[in-house]
Amino acid sequence: MQRIINFILSNRNTFLYVFLLLISLVLTVRSHSYHQSKAFNSSKWLTGNIYETSDNITSYFNLKKENNSLVEENRRLRIELFNLKVNNVSELDSSKIDFEVIDAKIVKNSFSSPRNYLTVNKGKKQGVSQDMGVITTKGILGIVENTSNNFSTVQSILNTKSNINAKIKNTDYFGSLVWDGNDYTTVQLVDIPRLVPVRIGDTIVTGAMSSIFPENIPIGFIKEFNLNDAQSFYNINIQLFNDMANVKNSYIISNKNRNEILELEAKTNNAQ
Amino acid sequence: MLNNIYVLNGIRFILLVLAQVLVFNNMNFMGTINPMIYIIFLYWYPIRENVAVFLIISFLLGFVIDLFSDTMAIHSAAILTIAFVRPVLMRFCFGANFEFQGFTFKNTTRVQRMTFLGLLIGFHHLIFFSLELLSFSHFLLILEKVLFTGIATFIISLLLSSLFAKETE
Repeated sequence: MQRIINFILSNRNTFLYVFLLLISLVLTVRSHSYHQSKAFNSSKWLTGNIYETSDNITSYFNLKKENNSLVEENRRLRIELFNLKVNNVSELDSSKIDFEVIDAKIVKNSFSSPRNYLTVNKGKKQGVSQDMGVITTKGILGIVENTSNNFSTVQSILNTKSNINAKIKNTDYFGSLVWDGNDYTTVQLVDIPRLVPVRIGDTIVTGAMSSIFPENIPIGFIKEFNLNDAQSFYNINIQLFNDMANVKNSYIISNKNRNEILELEAKTNNAQ
Repeated sequence: MLNNIYVLNGIRFILLVLAQVLVFNNMNFMGTINPMIYIIFLYWYPIRENVAVFLIISFLLGFVIDLFSDTMAIHSAAILTIAFVRPVLMRFCFGANFEFQGFTFKNTTRVQRMTFLGLLIGFHHLIFFSLELLSFSHFLLILEKVLFTGIATFIISLLLSSLFAKETE
C-alpha cells in the first residue's frame, strides 16, 4: 500500500495530465457524435458579452454594405407585397400566424473549421429556443443549438453535423443538405434520385419536410453534379447565395406549430 | 518578485485569450488559416515553477479559448499535452543544462529558441487538427493544415516574442 501511494505521489503530474486529458477527450468525442456541449459554449454570459462588445466596435465598418443589402431586401419585399392579390388587410390575430421572426445580430462567426458555430445576440429572454431556423436576407444560415438568457449559438450549415431538408425549386424532389468541410462557399445536396432532371444553375430552396424552416427559403444554385458510387443518386455541389464569411444581420424563425408537429410524429412512431 | 510573476502571467493570460479570440480567430488568411498564437504563453512561462500548477493553467488557457470558439475541448487537449512534454522538448533543444539554477533564455542561441518554439507549435497543431477532424481518412488534409497553419503561427509568434522581449531576466 505504501508503495502504491509513493508511486502515485512520485508520478502525480503524470496522473494530473492523464486526468485533464481524459476530461478534454470526453468532452470532444461526445460532441463529435451528439449535440454541442450544453454547459460549455459561446452563448454564455461572459463570452457573449465580450463578443458583443467587440462587434459593437467593428460593426461600423460594414454599416454601408449592410444598409444596402437591407434596402435591397425591403425593395424585393415591397414588390411582393404590392403584387399580392389577396385582401391587403394585414392579419393581426396572432393565433392565425404560423411563423414568427426575431431579428438578431451575429456577434461571432467562424467558417474555417469542420464544425462551425455562430453566436447571435438574442436568447431565451427574446423568445429564442433550440432548433429554430436562422436565415439572412439572402438565404439560410443554420439552426439554433444552445441558448442562454441573452445569446444563442447557431450550428452553421457549414458544419459536418448539419443535415437540412432541401429541394430543387418548383419541383417536389427533396434531398439532404450536408457539408463536406472543404470549401465554405459550397455545400452538398445528396439523395436526389437519378431520374430527376437536374441542370446546372437550378435554384435550391428549403423543403417542406422540415418543421424548422418554412418552405422555399433560398439556399443556393447548382454548380456541378455527378452520380454517386452506386449510380442511383446524385451528389450535387451547391454554390451558396450567402457569403458565409461576411454575415451580420440575421432572422430567427420560430414555427408556432412545431411542438404540435413533433408531438404528432412522436405519437405516430410510438403507435407503430 | 514572486508576486510579480503571477501578475505578469495573469495579464499575459487575459491578453493572449483576447488577442486569440478577437483578432487571430478572425484572420482567415487564405480562406482558412487562423494562427494559434496563444501557444506563446508556454514559451514565455517560467521554467522553474510548480509543474502541477503549470499543467492546470495551460489546461485553463486552452479551455477558455475552446469556450470562445465553440471547439469542444480540442484546444485544451492540445495545449495540455505540449505543456506536459515541454520539459522533454527543452532538454532536447537546450541540452541537459537547462535544469541548473543559472539557466535563462538569454544564454541560449537564437536557433535553439526557434527550434523550441517550432517544436511546440508543430506538436500542438498536429494534436489539434487530428482531434478536430478525428479520422484517419483525412490524414493528408491534417498534414496540410498542420503545415500551413503552423508556418503562420510560427511567423507571428516570432514577431510577438521579439516585440515583447523581456528586458529583465
